[in-house]
Amino acid sequence: MARLHDETFRWWRKHLLGLRDLSRQEIETILDTAEGFEEFSTRSVKKAPALRGKVVVNMFFEDSTRTRNSFTLAANRLSADVIEFTKTSSSVSKGETLIDTARNLEAMGIDIVVIRHNAGGAPKLLSRNINACIVNAGDGFNEHPTQALLDTYTIRQVKGSLEGLKVGIVGDITHSRVARSNIWAMTKLGAEVTLIGPPTLMPAKVNELPVKVSYSLDSVIENLDVINMLRIQFERLGGNPFPSIREYSHFFGLTVERMRKARPDMLVMHPGPINRGLEIESEVADGPNSVILRQVANGLAVRMAVLFLVNQAAMEEQKYRV
Amino acid sequence: MHTSGNKILIRNGRILDPGNGVDRVGDLMISDGKIVKLGGTIATECEITIDATGKLVAPGLIDLHVHFREPGDEEEETIASGSAAALAGGFTSVVCMPNTKPAIDEATRVEYIHRMGRQARKSFIYTMGAMTKNREGKELAEMGLMTAAGAVGFTDDGEGVQDTAVMLRALKYASMFDTLIAQHCQDNSLVGKGVMNSGYNSTVLGLPGMDPLGEELMLWRDVQLVKKSRTRYHAQHISTVGAVKIISEAKAEGLPVTCEVTPHHLLLTDNSCADYDTNFKVNPPVRTSKDIQALKQAIKDGLVDALATDHAPHLKSEKELEFLTAPFGIASLECALPLYVKALVEPGVIGWPELIGLLTYKPARVIRIHKGTIAEGDRADVVVIDPNKEYVIDVTKFVSKSHNCPYDGWLAKGKVEKTIIAGELRYNSDEPRS
Repeated sequence: MARLHDETFRWWRKHLLGLRDLSRQEIETILDTAEGFEEFSTRSVKKAPALRGKVVVNMFFEDSTRTRNSFTLAANRLSADVIEFTKTSSSVSKGETLIDTARNLEAMGIDIVVIRHNAGGAPKLLSRNINACIVNAGDGFNEHPTQALLDTYTIRQVKGSLEGLKVGIVGDITHSRVARSNIWAMTKLGAEVTLIGPPTLMPAKVNELPVKVSYSLDSVIENLDVINMLRIQFERLGGNPFPSIREYSHFFGLTVERMRKARPDMLVMHPGPINRGLEIESEVADGPNSVILRQVANGLAVRMAVLFLVNQAAMEEQKYRV
Repeated sequence: MHTSGNKILIRNGRILDPGNGVDRVGDLMISDGKIVKLGGTIATECEITIDATGKLVAPGLIDLHVHFREPGDEEEETIASGSAAALAGGFTSVVCMPNTKPAIDEATRVEYIHRMGRQARKSFIYTMGAMTKNREGKELAEMGLMTAAGAVGFTDDGEGVQDTAVMLRALKYASMFDTLIAQHCQDNSLVGKGVMNSGYNSTVLGLPGMDPLGEELMLWRDVQLVKKSRTRYHAQHISTVGAVKIISEAKAEGLPVTCEVTPHHLLLTDNSCADYDTNFKVNPPVRTSKDIQALKQAIKDGLVDALATDHAPHLKSEKELEFLTAPFGIASLECALPLYVKALVEPGVIGWPELIGLLTYKPARVIRIHKGTIAEGDRADVVVIDPNKEYVIDVTKFVSKSHNCPYDGWLAKGKVEKTIIAGELRYNSDEPRS
């Protein structure tokens, strides 16, 4: 946590809405803070008092297992009280609105809202309307900042730094919040990002993003230091962006055979949950290049860091408000 | 309340009546609901005298595209509240869109709109009828009977008619009554799920985009159909470079095609959606600066027939939803004039006479009503405008029931001071509102 005490920089954000607006220094501050929390899992007493007396609400409007559990555990480890709020309804145009729901929860005295929502911008909407800290746990296909933070954390852990690394992100870029957050985090940390997938899964004006684009995994795989295989999200795909799973796997699946073209030290990542045999073959997912489980483990430290930092910023703000 | 029997004298204003090529300083006298004298100095004593020195005196403004939400969503707007907002904006005639609940798709509903308008005694209310039953784009609505009841045109606004055969049938059938077919051009198969313009901004915001092609494809298709049917066709709220090109080509071919442009498509780009502020969520979406340039050039070149607000009021609670779920629409009737001034007059795209033309006789021509001019003998729908008055737009002061207006806090120039309908002074900015 060395840089936290660096007098020239102070973390001031009480919300983590996305990574697009963060500076390199801010991203590094989160990663450095996470390093301090990493050894926690090895302690016999896995608790720190940083959020004691604070209430964290997990507001999940979409299904999630690992992200929600990871946030819950992170909050618990920091001694916070955690409320679990899940609602699967995707659109609340009639009945209680998102803002109403949040204001009601706020009336109970909450400090941090961790929100996942199917609508891009929902965390931002909350941040404008309630006083609690807002942490984005994935909003529509806008951003999933803690996922990208744990991805970059994992890369940094193995490779030392992202500077100059060539990272490929493969799959449905259009509907991927993981891809967007990764693009911002990785490019800010000095990596060169290539988006790989069929044109039907590339968003509008993709060439205006700070990335390269390739429609051929085979032609770029040999240059990659890291490959991040996105999950094909059948629930988000509209229409029929590729003719069949077979054809998709043929061109974009990470197979054992395709791995032979890759560098021997290429890191294989996946945000989970994996569709085995679709975007990635089991042997590769479980193979020596894979850091998929390490990503999950690191997610805990990263989320502890995020909760710790936003809470600290909120307490600072309170101090000056008096 | 001043009755229409009163005589009104408007002194020394710049009388702008572009429909008659009039632009000169002088007096204007109204009696018995009509313009009786115009120009020079008029000595007659009148009950009401308005000093218009330094002001513009113009025909009452006409808006071809408003949503007053009645029947069905009276919490958002009513014909009474909407037409009062129109008066405050200088609009003496407005055309209501038929996408109410239920839709205005039969003659008794057309009559209902007219009756509510008469009862409100604010601005004059016209309505378009739905082109198809319940605006479903499948079966033709009773356009003949609705025309007889006074509907000035037909549209499924909010939706474009997707089925090409239905659209051709509607155009052909409408040609029998020589009425107007208006279209909200949008190919749903391409952009149906979108919530903002498709481009860099939609990509980084992670919101589904609406490709300009969605608008252009339907407009192009309709123009081809109009070549067959020769029906009068009006493209509502055009918003893209490509749409301008298609309109320009259709007009060059001599087809009976007209179009309108909104203030937001002249002033806002999709950069404004960056904060997920739903007040900028509108359909067609705000596009890019290139599109704005093309629309301005089209206005300069005389390709545009009307400026129209697409006044679309919505509840605060609905606009507080997520950008993905919140309804489309901007309420701008009350501040429309200064918005047009900011977009068109201040940067020198057109002058005041051209602007007034696009708000008076030109839209009147589109729907074929005898309004939008102030020659002697015309019905006295008159507006007095202070072209130099600066003020800050404050949505909390709106007469409209809804405040979903992205221009709140903007510095505006050009203020409507008096609105006179059929010789009756119905809006006076000096007087507190009743």
